[in-house]
Amino acid sequence: MSDITRPAVYWPNNSKWLQHLLPYVGGFATRLSYAAVGLLLPLALLGLWQFAVTHEWIAIQLLPPPELVWQSLRELWESGDLASNLAISLSRIGWSVLIGSSIGWLLGFWIGLSNTARAYLYPSFEVFSQFPVVGWVPILIIFLGIDEALKIAAISFAVVVPVTVATYKGIVNIPRNLLEVAQVYRFTRIQILLRVVLPAALPSLFSGFRQGIMQAWLALVFVELLASSEGIGYLMVWGRQLMQLDLVFVGVIVIGIVGVSLDLSLRWIESRLQSWRHAAH
Amino acid sequence: MSLIQTIRNRDWRGAALPIGLLAVWYIVTAFEWVNTKLVVPPEKVVQVAYNYVTHASFIGDVIASLTRDLSGFVLGGVAGILLGVALGLSRWFERIVGPSFNTLKQISLFAWLPLISTWLGTGDSAKILFISLSAFYPVALNTFDGVRGISKAQIEVARVYGFTRWQMVTRLILPAASPQILTGLHLGLIYAWVATIGAEFLLIRSGSGLGNTVIQGRDAFNVELIVFGMLVIGFVGAFFNHIASRIEARLLAWRGDQA
Repeated sequence: MSDITRPAVYWPNNSKWLQHLLPYVGGFATRLSYAAVGLLLPLALLGLWQFAVTHEWIAIQLLPPPELVWQSLRELWESGDLASNLAISLSRIGWSVLIGSSIGWLLGFWIGLSNTARAYLYPSFEVFSQFPVVGWVPILIIFLGIDEALKIAAISFAVVVPVTVATYKGIVNIPRNLLEVAQVYRFTRIQILLRVVLPAALPSLFSGFRQGIMQAWLALVFVELLASSEGIGYLMVWGRQLMQLDLVFVGVIVIGIVGVSLDLSLRWIESRLQSWRHAAH
Repeated sequence: MSLIQTIRNRDWRGAALPIGLLAVWYIVTAFEWVNTKLVVPPEKVVQVAYNYVTHASFIGDVIASLTRDLSGFVLGGVAGILLGVALGLSRWFERIVGPSFNTLKQISLFAWLPLISTWLGTGDSAKILFISLSAFYPVALNTFDGVRGISKAQIEVARVYGFTRWQMVTRLILPAASPQILTGLHLGLIYAWVATIGAEFLLIRSGSGLGNTVIQGRDAFNVELIVFGMLVIGFVGAFFNHIASRIEARLLAWRGDQA
């Protein structure tokens, strides 16, 4: 009976370092196993895809084999075509986010801070914000043609709405007592703006910015599919016209990778911002 | 009496901007300060709109677009609720499907359209699949959030009362998660309309719809038609948003001040 208490393998229980390390090792192992479990479904789908191709369930024009997609991805990467198209798309995003969020912040601050501006502008803005961005594109084409100006304008439109709404809400929801304290301390207007309004509204400012970027990414692909001669969306249109679906798959994969990295980096910045804010309190 | 008072008590300052813009639009076109081929006079828009609504296939276009939109929305919404509940209830399901779902979600919606249209053609099935995909993500995401947020205590009480699995879902999980599910459906409705118009723009060659007509107006340089079509698209979107908010408020009234 005493066998039960004695371990089969001698396990030194006086090693402190191991006891400290164990939870980390355990945590790492569980996380690793979760990641492995999460990979099961994609691997199964990849297997199914390969199986369907080798058994010729679907015509090769409709479903290119995975290795062809991988090969096209590598070729496009090595020839620099992928990088140059991606760079064009990303610079469109960059400019539009810059223009759109500047307009959005200005408008949001204006509507949020001034009661008069709110009374005059907010009703119109509210109607405007409910118009789907894609609906504006034909009229923009009439005025701007189908060149770079169209893309920048259409994507900026997509950014303005979420940024303005979030900025406005962030300012309106600042607790009254914060502003009252600032008045008691006889802050000037600039001081109130810089030391009370801006820090208090910062999380909503940033969350509007994040939504704006994600909306820009949505609008970009739409505009590039509709009217473009370069960029990642054009690559897909081109592939579809040539019936080279491997190019379309490459486009989907690249768009997914960019989307995931945008989302992760913005979330990371947002969480840093939150923790900085809590530390400041 | 009360009507006059409500009119008087309303804040009319919000109307200044639209009326001002309309006046500027009218003046610059009436005096031909701008190219009236590009900036068409408002009265011509009204005229073209009248012709389109009374003579051409306006009603058919609207019905075609709305049918597509709503069938996609219903399909995507149901699928989203199912996936969201499954993700929220089963740890293992969440671990297996969650990472893939979160990755696929980041692929910009319109990127699927070239693939879908190659596989299903440019007809209604491709469009409806695309629209349902656009409604699916926000519904699934919010449903998952709602189901995961249900407190352990509530689930335990339901267990003590010996709820069956079905009762658990219909009596506890769906009502408790209903605010988030409705938020998801509201977002899904907005996205579905964007997807409907986008799909009709990009797959013009087949079928009819508001988007098709507007984009054909662009090809024929019929600016009046584009302006009118854009307004209709915008107001349908705003109308959906309004209806969704009303339904949300009404359906959540049973919660009282809890929300």
